[in-house]
Amino acid sequence: MQHVISVLVENRSGVLSHIAGLFSSRGFNIDSLAVGETQDPTISRMTIIVTGDDKIIEQVNKQLNKLIDVIKVQDITEDEYLDRELVLVKINCTSQTRGEIVQIIEIFKAKIIDVNQKTLTAEIAGPQDKIGAFLDLVKPFGIKELVRTGRIAITRG
Amino acid sequence: MKMTGADIVIDGLIREGVEVIFGFPGGAVLDLFDRLNKSPLRFILVRHEQGAAHAADGYARSTGRPGVCMATSGPGATNLVTGLATAYMDSVPIVAITGQVPTPMIGNDAFQEADMVGISRPITKYNYLVKNVNDLARIIKEAFYIARTGRPGPVLIDLPKDVQRAVCDNYKYPDSVNIRSYKPVYKGHPLMIKKAVEAIEHAKQPLLYCGGGVIISGASKEVLKLAARCNIPCTTTLLGLGGFPEDHSLALKMLGMHGTQYANYAMHETDLIIAVGARFDDRVTGKIDEFAPNAHGNVIHIDIDPSAISKNIRVSIPVVGDCKEVLREIIKRIKPKKNPKWIAKINKWKKQYPLVYRNDNKLRPQYVIHQLYKITKGNAIITTEVGQHQMWAAHYYTYTKPRTFLSSGGLGTMGYGFPAAIGAQVGNPDRLVVDIAGDGSIQMNIQELATAVMHGLPVKVIILNNRYLGMVRQWQQLFYNKNYSYTCLAPTKDCPPGCTRFIPDFVKLAEAYGAVGIRVTKKAEVIPALRKALRTPRTVFVECMVEEEENVFPMIPAGASVRQMMGGMA
Repeated sequence: MQHVISVLVENRSGVLSHIAGLFSSRGFNIDSLAVGETQDPTISRMTIIVTGDDKIIEQVNKQLNKLIDVIKVQDITEDEYLDRELVLVKINCTSQTRGEIVQIIEIFKAKIIDVNQKTLTAEIAGPQDKIGAFLDLVKPFGIKELVRTGRIAITRG
Repeated sequence: MKMTGADIVIDGLIREGVEVIFGFPGGAVLDLFDRLNKSPLRFILVRHEQGAAHAADGYARSTGRPGVCMATSGPGATNLVTGLATAYMDSVPIVAITGQVPTPMIGNDAFQEADMVGISRPITKYNYLVKNVNDLARIIKEAFYIARTGRPGPVLIDLPKDVQRAVCDNYKYPDSVNIRSYKPVYKGHPLMIKKAVEAIEHAKQPLLYCGGGVIISGASKEVLKLAARCNIPCTTTLLGLGGFPEDHSLALKMLGMHGTQYANYAMHETDLIIAVGARFDDRVTGKIDEFAPNAHGNVIHIDIDPSAISKNIRVSIPVVGDCKEVLREIIKRIKPKKNPKWIAKINKWKKQYPLVYRNDNKLRPQYVIHQLYKITKGNAIITTEVGQHQMWAAHYYTYTKPRTFLSSGGLGTMGYGFPAAIGAQVGNPDRLVVDIAGDGSIQMNIQELATAVMHGLPVKVIILNNRYLGMVRQWQQLFYNKNYSYTCLAPTKDCPPGCTRFIPDFVKLAEAYGAVGIRVTKKAEVIPALRKALRTPRTVFVECMVEEEENVFPMIPAGASVRQMMGGMA
């Protein structure tokens, strides 16, 4: 099962490699990892998406907690949370297909950020199911390039 | 006060109570060394940096105080790696200080540059690259704090040459440490302690299973008190040896792959495991699905490291905290109890399946260790290398006090014992320190003979020379159809003429280094040779030409269960 783990860490050089190193040396799989400064500039928040059974997730939590630079670890999977991911996608298009693609983009409230003769680049942000559905629809046109930030999440209230 | 980086290091070490550093000089630590020989700190000059790390480890394990080692950048620092990994696996507090190329050159593939914080990341508890001399005092303070608190471990400080030379304008050594993200828990949760007490009171066949954590936390007295009060037999891991007096009637000695049969049977039958500072590693559990089937998950696990709990087996009562504090709380609440049926069963096993070796007129390695125990009356600090001799040292020397058995358990580092003995001797100048070694292992850090002789350290090394890398040979014999691929070190009687296998003459080698060498070829020579060695106030090698194909038993093959235990004699 996929878990969303939110980790507060010291905002220092080397911390990211500590965390990445932990995942590789313990054989845990990271699906995605997003990191950025919090309201306190000395602290960063990492949102780590990891797949594993309960035993693995328990170890992920404990091993993260064990790292000296980790301040707080929260598995928010079972909590009420909001998550978003930002995706930039460059789609093949021709004068015939452009209209259809633009329609899809409008339905999903995505944004066109670049367009030329052969391609159209869209920006979409949202939860996983929305992004998945959008990508499924534009896939038949041919995706030339896909860039994703990885999910970030925040608990409600 | 104005102070340079190098002076801050010296001052910081003194303020942390350090009395000795094990190390080796080099270009990137010239500034540190320029202060060292003018400082009150004692410096033990090793002959290979790996020796420095193991010596700091032996010092730490035998005294309970952090060991300090120092090396230059690049190869000096990378030579520490095996020692740091050894200490990390066995939770030994070490502070390693390495030189680094000047900060502007970092990342330029400079001469003798290695990314030490990168390399040491998975084998240290924490590490630092010091970029600003104003951070140095805090970093030293934190390094010692992190190394010795919680679950101890090695901490590395990588110190670029320009930072050693830089001047800090307002140096003040901090009085306290505050790391917001690091707050080890020492007190056990009251609810869990209550549950643990109830479980012990209800258990019919409880078993104490003690690891290195008992020794680290100084909880031996508490373990004994609990065992005695509630009549609970106690087995220890390799690292737990000495944590429970093995001459006590409740002692089951070591368990696991080469544990005693009675300890393994007890683990198989127990209905409640009380794990104290142990981590259920694979050498203890064997096949995890068949481990302790009668406990049915009834496990109390006391450990200061939450990640050690429920890692390998499911635990019903986790107690995160310091072993000593938690046991004290349990003892306060627990009612005395007898388990006569259980004890009778255990005593029957002990009688039926004792640890035995063939005591004939041949020179058997087990006999040598047994005699060493008798002569020293168990009062020596024993270190070991890794292999058959290590297991025999665990079996045939009786450990009754903590910090008297130093061995690389987790990493299994050949070459650990001799430098560790040097470190232990430095930390315990009045004690007898003996390294029990094999002919393979001793050659891995033999250069430290020069260190021992130069510093006048009367370490005794007993080399059980069987002309084989014995433990690997044993596995080849048992599981690889006797295909002794590259494990034979010296020609045997079966060798074709012209066999070029070679073992040095350890007696001459010791003498060449200015130490004393004694060779033992017959059983009758063992006691006089050991007595002579112990009388000699110098570094002594005792080379015992023991039986070649002796095996370590009992043995549970890797990944098997107690049902596949091979008992008996070699």
